[in-house]
Amino acid sequence: MPVVTYSQALNMALREEMRRDERVFCIGEDIKDSTYGVTRGLYDEFGPKRVIGTPISETAIAGAALGAAAVGMRPVAEFMYMTFMMCAMDQLVNQAAKMKYMFGGKAVLPIVYRTMTGAGRGNAAQHTQSLEAWFAHVPGMKVVMPATPYDAKGLLKTAIRDDNPVVFVENKVLYATAKEEVPEDDYTIPFGQAAIRRRGKDVTIIGLQRMVEVALEAAHLLAGDGIDAEVIDPRTLVPLDIDTIASSVKKTHRVVVVHEAHERVGFGAEVVAQVVAHAFDYLDAPPLRVANPNVPTPFNRTLEELSIPSAQQVVQAVRTLLT
Amino acid sequence: MATLIQHTEVPPASAAIDRRGLSDEQLLDLYRTMLRIRRFEERVKELFLEARLYGSVHLYIGEEAVATGACAALQPGDVISSTHRGHGHCIAKGLELGPMMAELMGKATGYNHGKGGSMHIADLDKGMLGANGIVAAGIPISAGAALGFWIRGEPRVALCFFGDGGANHGAFHEGINFAAVYKLPVVFICENNQYAQYQSVQQDLPIEHVADRAAAYGIPGVIVDGSDVLAVYAAAKQAVERARRGEGPTLIEAKTYRFEGHFLGDPEPYRTKEEVAQARASKDPITRFAAVLQQLGVATAERLEQLDEESRAEVERAVEFAESSPEPGPDLLLTDIFTGADADGRSLPRAG
Repeated sequence: MPVVTYSQALNMALREEMRRDERVFCIGEDIKDSTYGVTRGLYDEFGPKRVIGTPISETAIAGAALGAAAVGMRPVAEFMYMTFMMCAMDQLVNQAAKMKYMFGGKAVLPIVYRTMTGAGRGNAAQHTQSLEAWFAHVPGMKVVMPATPYDAKGLLKTAIRDDNPVVFVENKVLYATAKEEVPEDDYTIPFGQAAIRRRGKDVTIIGLQRMVEVALEAAHLLAGDGIDAEVIDPRTLVPLDIDTIASSVKKTHRVVVVHEAHERVGFGAEVVAQVVAHAFDYLDAPPLRVANPNVPTPFNRTLEELSIPSAQQVVQAVRTLLT
Repeated sequence: MATLIQHTEVPPASAAIDRRGLSDEQLLDLYRTMLRIRRFEERVKELFLEARLYGSVHLYIGEEAVATGACAALQPGDVISSTHRGHGHCIAKGLELGPMMAELMGKATGYNHGKGGSMHIADLDKGMLGANGIVAAGIPISAGAALGFWIRGEPRVALCFFGDGGANHGAFHEGINFAAVYKLPVVFICENNQYAQYQSVQQDLPIEHVADRAAAYGIPGVIVDGSDVLAVYAAAKQAVERARRGEGPTLIEAKTYRFEGHFLGDPEPYRTKEEVAQARASKDPITRFAAVLQQLGVATAERLEQLDEESRAEVERAVEFAESSPEPGPDLLLTDIFTGADADGRSLPRAG
């Protein structure tokens, strides 16, 4: 089994799905040469009718994907940064997400809207936002956030085969840094099944996407103090595997949610609300969130680091729960 | 650089009528379609005023020649995208009046099972990609449908209706530019009815014609008299054939006039009654075409009256169908948010 990066794993998924189903095509800005390598080489293999480079026109990208899906294609549209999706919100939120319901169910719209988030590389406020909660809020959108290369491949294949609009959120830092063995075979990972990344009994730490690494690092540090943390990666936000999360909390009685997005009205708030609804009687302490402290990502390296949740912050939060 | 804009002249009334190669039956079909749109909407207005239907309703009365002429230029398999003022497009594309009226009343038998209403009527099976509550949103969507045809190498065309208000939206620029870059098989038809909600087109456009913007995308821009159904048909046919040949999009601007307000209930503070009366007297596409048909000897006044009675009767049947139809059950609230999944996105067991 080859060891590949997160970015390469995504590339494998795209290539395999485009070979498997000629209705699948990619559309987006600079996808022929592919800045981060996810679509690299696809143009050479599949040609100009399957890899559609566009002008810098996010509304056109989102709408073209939707229109193509409405006539039977299975587009994979790329927004280079999640921030850029804000330029296409009408097509995404008012059109793609609602069309099936508004039309009384008759539209089948298999669209993957791929995008990328992630602070930590000096890209400042407009190239780092994690706005997954915005899309999770909208009925009619599934939201996926893979944390590992293995999941990136399996979840992207599931997203492409799904008959609904899926916002597929990748991570810029993970593209190059996350590496592991990924099967060359065809496999998919079902939506709505969280992964338990570390088993433990004292506290449940839920990390989204790159924050799974941070949660695992925190668990390692806590183990040194004799605290046994369970780490859960939800993998998909819509649908959310609340059963796995609630079962874990019923066992550990404590929960911390970690994400790069702003704390206020972030997805952590939804997780906490659902945990409270499902496992209130089991909680020994208030659920906590560790997240961006409601600030735009600053450019300065030190300030930027302070804006991203750290393992130390997670450790601190867990200690608060245990005292 | 040679201009790409073709301004088709409105011929004087005395000139010989060009029937554009259409048979008597095809000409009568155009008339029948316009009448069906008119009588459907007049009835909708009455029902609305009697509180027998509700919600946001935007009437197309006065603009019937645009949808009718343009859709007549399409082949089966072609698709259209529409606007908030979409009843005429639906009827011209072949949707039935009964399920349309039912949808306007929010009934289970409506095209959208009562979940869309006037602004969202759609029938993908008939190539009607949806009325749309967001101005200009259909432009990128129709470009996308055309992209799908282009990728598969199918000789199909997408036709996009939008208004003069839509011509000032960013989606207009992005959608048309993208379609022009790839020479996609799509025709953009701007229905310039002189008003973007309350704002007159003179206040919104720094140029005289929306069609002049075609030059910015290197595509033909055509201006046509939107109350002349044959002129619209001819312009659309040329554009549709060009698109089908793989030569790319055309921007057609149909100069038309909205006889009714922006929405039902609009007090119309932005224009005078005299202006509307003048337009009704001189620009009614149905009156104009009735004269043409008689001049051509295609139909007598009696025959045209008979078609009108048939249209009114069909509309009455649609009203009866809609009013006698059931309301959607409460279970429909939570269905069809996703395909194959519940409202939270969790996969449902496959049927069968």
